[in-house]
Amino acid sequence: MLHTARTHDDRNTVFMNPNISNFNGIDIPSDDVLTNCMHCGLCLPVCPTFAITGREKSSPRGRIRLIKAVAEGTLEMTEGFVDEMNFCLDCQACETACPAGVKYGSLVESVRNQMRIQGKESTTALTLKWIFLRNVVSKKYLLKLVARTLGIYQSSGLERLVKKSYVIKKLAPKLSKLQELSPRIDGRFFDDIYPEIVTPTVVPKYRVGFLSGCIMNVAFAKINEDTVKVLLHHDCEVIIPKDQVCCGSLQAHNGDFDIARTLAKKNIDVFLKYDLDAIVMNSAGCGALMKEYGHYLHDDLLYAKKAEILSSKVKDISEFLFEIGLKKPVKEYCHRVSYHDACHLVHAQKVSKQPRELIRSIPGIEYVELNEASWCCGSAGTYNIIRHEDSMIILDRKIENVKIADAEFLVANNPGCLTQIEYGCANNHIKTKVIHLATLLRDVYEL
Amino acid sequence: MITTTIISSLASIVGNENLFTSIEDKITYSYDGTPLHSRLPEAIVRPKTKEQISEVLKLANREKFAVVPRGTGTGLSGGSIPVEDCVIVDMSQWNRIIEIDPENLTAWVEPGVITSQLHLEVERIGLFYPPDPGSMNICTIGGNVAENSGGLRGLKYGVTKNYVMGLEVVLPNGDIISCGGKAVKDVAGYNLKDLFIGSEGTLGIFTKILLKLIPKPQTSKTMVAYFNTQSDAGRTVSSIISQKIIPCTVEFLDKTTIRCVEDFAKIGLPTDIESLLLLEVDGHPSVVEEEAQKVVECCKQNNAVEVKIAESVEDAMKLKTARRSAFSALARSRPTTILEDITVPRSSIATMLEKIDAISKKYDVLIGTFGHAGDGNLHPTCLTDERNHEEIARAEKAYEEIFIEAVKLGGTITGEHGTGLAKKKFLHLVTGYTAIDTMRTIKKALDPNNVLNPGKVFDMH
Repeated sequence: MLHTARTHDDRNTVFMNPNISNFNGIDIPSDDVLTNCMHCGLCLPVCPTFAITGREKSSPRGRIRLIKAVAEGTLEMTEGFVDEMNFCLDCQACETACPAGVKYGSLVESVRNQMRIQGKESTTALTLKWIFLRNVVSKKYLLKLVARTLGIYQSSGLERLVKKSYVIKKLAPKLSKLQELSPRIDGRFFDDIYPEIVTPTVVPKYRVGFLSGCIMNVAFAKINEDTVKVLLHHDCEVIIPKDQVCCGSLQAHNGDFDIARTLAKKNIDVFLKYDLDAIVMNSAGCGALMKEYGHYLHDDLLYAKKAEILSSKVKDISEFLFEIGLKKPVKEYCHRVSYHDACHLVHAQKVSKQPRELIRSIPGIEYVELNEASWCCGSAGTYNIIRHEDSMIILDRKIENVKIADAEFLVANNPGCLTQIEYGCANNHIKTKVIHLATLLRDVYEL
Repeated sequence: MITTTIISSLASIVGNENLFTSIEDKITYSYDGTPLHSRLPEAIVRPKTKEQISEVLKLANREKFAVVPRGTGTGLSGGSIPVEDCVIVDMSQWNRIIEIDPENLTAWVEPGVITSQLHLEVERIGLFYPPDPGSMNICTIGGNVAENSGGLRGLKYGVTKNYVMGLEVVLPNGDIISCGGKAVKDVAGYNLKDLFIGSEGTLGIFTKILLKLIPKPQTSKTMVAYFNTQSDAGRTVSSIISQKIIPCTVEFLDKTTIRCVEDFAKIGLPTDIESLLLLEVDGHPSVVEEEAQKVVECCKQNNAVEVKIAESVEDAMKLKTARRSAFSALARSRPTTILEDITVPRSSIATMLEKIDAISKKYDVLIGTFGHAGDGNLHPTCLTDERNHEEIARAEKAYEEIFIEAVKLGGTITGEHGTGLAKKKFLHLVTGYTAIDTMRTIKKALDPNNVLNPGKVFDMH
């Protein structure tokens, strides 16, 4: 509850004693970032949750003020506070809109870390996050085991049976959503198919590392394969280190910094063994985090420098191909194509021009810009499971725009967006196919 | 004091779902865009009808609590910041464009309509609503009328007051009146409508606003000119006007502002020059061509290092969007930005810029200046850190001196942001004490219990 009401009409009473902060430990929201927000409100029109409620507390500016109140000790981490922090998608559209350059994402992630260590999370959210993020995704063998089981379940006909039964929806509504929004598990996992080093048929011009990912590896093996094929076609030698682990993005965005740092260090070791021109990503969330390794490990004596080096090499597939230049396709590719900006690509990595330019440059393609292309689709990591109802309201807005664009293919460079928008299209009987850029390019080059 | 009985009376007026009293809501309605001021309200209500607003105000008069109207909270003088024992009336959900009338060139809107959304809707049918405050993507028309907001197009097209034709207002005592209408000429009775424009939420809460529209200019040309000194830029403005050209936009940015804006917008502005002017002429294509030419010549005659003409509509838009971000972008160099809003006769722009420079040196504070040079409206912005009390005190002294200088040059302490909380102690510099007493008489006549946004603009005693 409120200790001291913030009633400073007098300019000199603005300042609270920093010693009574309700945050504690090392990973706390930065005071400089909090002060940097001058509450001008220019973030409000781009915030998907503010668009839903129109209430200031559901806006970036409002959340920053709430975090500030907790930091100043005038507010405890109340249930209402925790709820607002979880309501946030961490899409970071507000960061793109913010002229003052406030690093909002870092604030929310630190707060989520505080919520976790101070035990302020709801039991459901905590259980889901704990099982899923801290254990399954972070441990490759476990993820594969779960994926195998889920794969058997999905292909055995048991799933259809369970989907039809109302029992599961009644008993565990969240679990039923988890099922509907689960990516389809591939028959063969990507890292079981490819060796550590894949060489093109010609003398390689570039040597690139490739993050096979956690979810990508088991559920989007096809996209990983498409990515490798496209890279090979562009004269790249592709290194897929066997020992690589999950990048840690889902954990970090949910405030689990310890595990994210451990994973980061492991990846730094395995990738820096090779002399690479770039480390290519096909998942926006992973790319965004790996570009931040330097930030997460900045005060680690052993890893700070190595993390910086690794981060500087990380590139989204669209960024990398844009830099080296696309090869000319043999045939025209006559299709109507649109593009959805994954939040962690456009807002976190500021990559928006490159994928569009690449698509536009393909002969025969009719490119149509998606209205509100950089508005979040509601997937947001595990958000569509943990806050399903809110996620669906946000998805509806995206689907309306997908309908208007009326494209044959909608390109999105992130597994979460692909699953979410595909789900929305299927439910609304929209024919648009939602595909990854690598898949589109493989089709263009007929690889 | 706002008792639980009052809270339940409010709930019965607006419904439980439109009454917020949680601590999280109170904290997030404790501020607007104004630096250094904030206070917790006791409750926030979202009335759905004018009758509900009237009921809330009647209750306030009976129970003696304050009511503060609020749009989206982007004001820069503290107009919507809570006062002691107050209830916030959140009007942001009143966001319908009721009617666009192409025959009479008018639009009826609710006060919560976002300014840029109105732009979009009217421009779709070839019409134009010129006022375009920097925060136009999120500020509301109601707030614009209450503050009499300006914008980038003020030089040629004027400000909000030039476009308000009629209002429906709930008065502080709960009475509801209409003033003005679609008739272009109307001299029946006192011109009450103009009394409410710029009243900063102290005389009434708008429930409907009738706006004047004009035909959209056929074409426009946007230019940017770079200068090695501030005074060259200042003289260019006077020289363009004396050539009898009225550009729609003449915006000035100093070195500090240019650096911050470029850092945010990355549109290729040179960061080693002292100042720039962003200019736009609009209208009939042949006139635009001729005027653009003359503007370029004027810049060159006044020692412009380079003059560039935007090649496409997108490029022009980028330049203007970057300019609109100036105030917030300045927060990149220091965390707290205190922005002021002085206005001088445009012939005194160069002198005022020199004064600001001297004052910033005298008090050893970093001031970035930008503004609507064509209107003589400058925003000297002090870049500071609210955690450094001593520096804030110096900044306040610097501002006091800037205000005094502006008034000496025949100007004013605020051109478009309003007096609100932030500038009320300087109001007498411009108006004199007798005029403030006259304002008090008006306020007292309409709001005898001082319930509506009390303590804004001036204190009652």
